[in-house]
Formats: sequence, C-alpha cells, structure tokens
Amino acid sequence: MTTADDIWSWLADIPDPEIPVISLVDLGVVRGVDFVDGTWIIRLTPTYTGCPATRVIAMSVEAAMIDRGITNFAIKNQIAPPWTTDWISAEAHGKLRDYGIAPPTPAGGPASCPQCGATDLQQVSRHGSTPCKAQWRCMTCLEPFDYFKCI
Amino acid sequence: MTDAVFEYLLRLGDNSLILGHRLSEWCGTSPILEEDIAISNTALDFIGQTQLWLGLAAERANDGRSADDLAMLRDAWDFRNILLVEQPNGNFGDTMMRQYLFDAWHVLILHGLCQSADTEISAIAQKVVKEVQYHIERSRDLVIRLGDGTAESHAKMQAALDRLWPFVGEMFHVDTVERDLIDRGIIPNVADLRGSFDAHVNDTLAQATLVKPASDFAHLGGKSGVRHSEHLGHLLTQMQWLQRAYPGATW
Repeated sequence: MTTADDIWSWLADIPDPEIPVISLVDLGVVRGVDFVDGTWIIRLTPTYTGCPATRVIAMSVEAAMIDRGITNFAIKNQIAPPWTTDWISAEAHGKLRDYGIAPPTPAGGPASCPQCGATDLQQVSRHGSTPCKAQWRCMTCLEPFDYFKCI
Repeated sequence: MTDAVFEYLLRLGDNSLILGHRLSEWCGTSPILEEDIAISNTALDFIGQTQLWLGLAAERANDGRSADDLAMLRDAWDFRNILLVEQPNGNFGDTMMRQYLFDAWHVLILHGLCQSADTEISAIAQKVVKEVQYHIERSRDLVIRLGDGTAESHAKMQAALDRLWPFVGEMFHVDTVERDLIDRGIIPNVADLRGSFDAHVNDTLAQATLVKPASDFAHLGGKSGVRHSEHLGHLLTQMQWLQRAYPGATW
C-alpha cells in the first residue's frame, strides 16, 4: 500500500527543470499530498505565474506517479498562500550555492559570490535567465553569477 | 446584463494580456541584452497573470469558453483593457513611461484586491502583487535614469509623458460596473487610490526632472469597450492570427 510518505520521497527525487540540483520538494512547490475518496491529490503551487517550468513540473509529477503504477491521482494547482523563497529548504540553499547560484536572502541581495565568496558585489540586472533569478557580478573575481531573487 | 465580476475579471486579464503582448514585441530588439531579458521576463509575468485572471473569468462565466478562447477568439470591441496598455511601444522611453504609469496604478489596485471579499480574486492578487513589486522598481528606476539623463533622453521622456498622461485618468474612473463591485466589497474604490498614485508619480517625476502636464483630461472607453483606439485591432491581428487562420490549432 502506497503511503503519502512514499509519494513525498518520489517527489523529492524529481529535479527542478531549470535548476536540476534541487528537487521539487526542496523548491517548496509541493504543497500537499492527500488521499481523498480513493484518489491521491497532489497540490502544486507555481513559483512565478508565467514560469514555463510550471507545466513541466506537473508533467514530471504525473510521470513519476504513472511509473510507479499509480493512476488514481489528480494534480491541483494551488495559488494561495503564494509561493515564497522562504519555502526553499535550508539544504537547498547550500546546493544552490555549490551550483553557482547565490541563494535568496532577506536583505534582498546575494550575501557573497558563489564562486569565490567575496562580498563586493554589483547588480547587473533585476532579471535573469529565468523569472526567479537576477544577474549579479562579483567585483573581486569579476565573474557574473545568478542570484535567486527573494519573493 | 453581463455579470459585473466577469466584466471586471476581463478588465484585469485584458490589461495583462495586451500589455504583455506589447512588451513581447520588444523581444530580441531591446537596446541592450539585459533590458531585452528584463522586458521579456516582465512580458512573461503578464502572460502568466493573464492565465489566472482570464482562467477565473472563464470559470465564472461557465459558458464553455476557456481562457485561451477569451484571449484568442474575441474581437476588439469585446476587449476590456484600458487604453493606456494598447498604445504602441514607440521608442524605449515611451515603453518605459507607459510601464511606469501602469505599474504605479497596478501595485495600488492589487493591494486593494488582496482584501477582496471574493477569496479567489484575493488569492490571485496576493500572488500577482509580489511580481508587480519588481516591475515598478525597475520601471521607476528607468524613468528616473532616462528623465534625468542626457538632453536627448530627457526630451524623449518628457514627450512620452505628455503623450501618455491623457490615458492615466481612465485607470481611476469608476463606472457602474465598478460601483456595483465596490458596494459588494469585491474591489477597492480606485478613486480613493488617486492620492497615493499622484504622490508616487510626483516623487518619481521630480527625481526624473520631468514636468507633469497641467491638464487632467482623460480619454475613456477602453475598459468599457466602447471606444478602443485603432491600435488594438492591429495588435489583435498579429496576436490572434494563428487561431484565426487555423481554428483550434494546438501544439
């Protein structure tokens, strides 16, 4: 018999389509897994409303369920409460940094360069390669890097 | 009579859709790479917001039309966006001025909608306002940077402000549709938000060394759908051509 914990562990193995070092669970987009009237209800929340990854995420969850022979499930899109970078797990902060993306900070800017650790940083643009990131550069090692915007 | 909530959801959705499409016209042609990425990201936010607003509109109307049908199969007279967002992009300064004036209103109306008695409208507003906060930070910075820039950029920004200012009044015009929703606690009274808007705009324009036009004359007719400018039809021919030429096409 499948349990909610089983499903959570499957979802924890699905990489984010844009930032493959962190999982959907790390990202905080899985809001609930419940068994209701014979159906598994998986509630997902979008990071940004227009993020093209949202649809890919739903497809990978669907594939993960079908691969395990589960067909009695439904994926629900839940927008309230709105997703926040506070839901990104502490463990994922370290994984992001190792991958070269500065994790979000309450101060609103990266704490240090993910390449060399220096703190003399400059914003290049509020926007980056995906809706959730901004472009920054390190004035010490002169390398550009992505910063995961606080939202 | 058409339901007021449906009408208002179309206004919100159509504003996002038309402005998002306008911004997407810059994709690949912005002045510098970073701005191209920024403007395309902003366009993407607006299209995402459109899916939420028109999605809810379709759900409420429950007449068999989807959000895509509403976006791609209505004609100009059925659109409910304000006139400001359908104005052509012009130069980069025109686009940024249009964006700033819209964002300054958008943030205020969304904060008000977060308190809506309609929980689904409130949920969408709470989601969207977080993205829009980023929009206004950028558009305000650029209006200041370009207004208080070179003689040429200053002149272009002043010309943009003079041309677009007559479209500001429509955002704060309360008609019977909105009156009904205000009375039911579903939307804020936008007329009450004008003071905050003016304060924000006055501060930005002062820093940008730009002068607000003396007249508050306002073009009306976009959100009621009575009198769109000729620009909307041209935009729709491009945005909708695929669904018009190949009805029901999917990928």
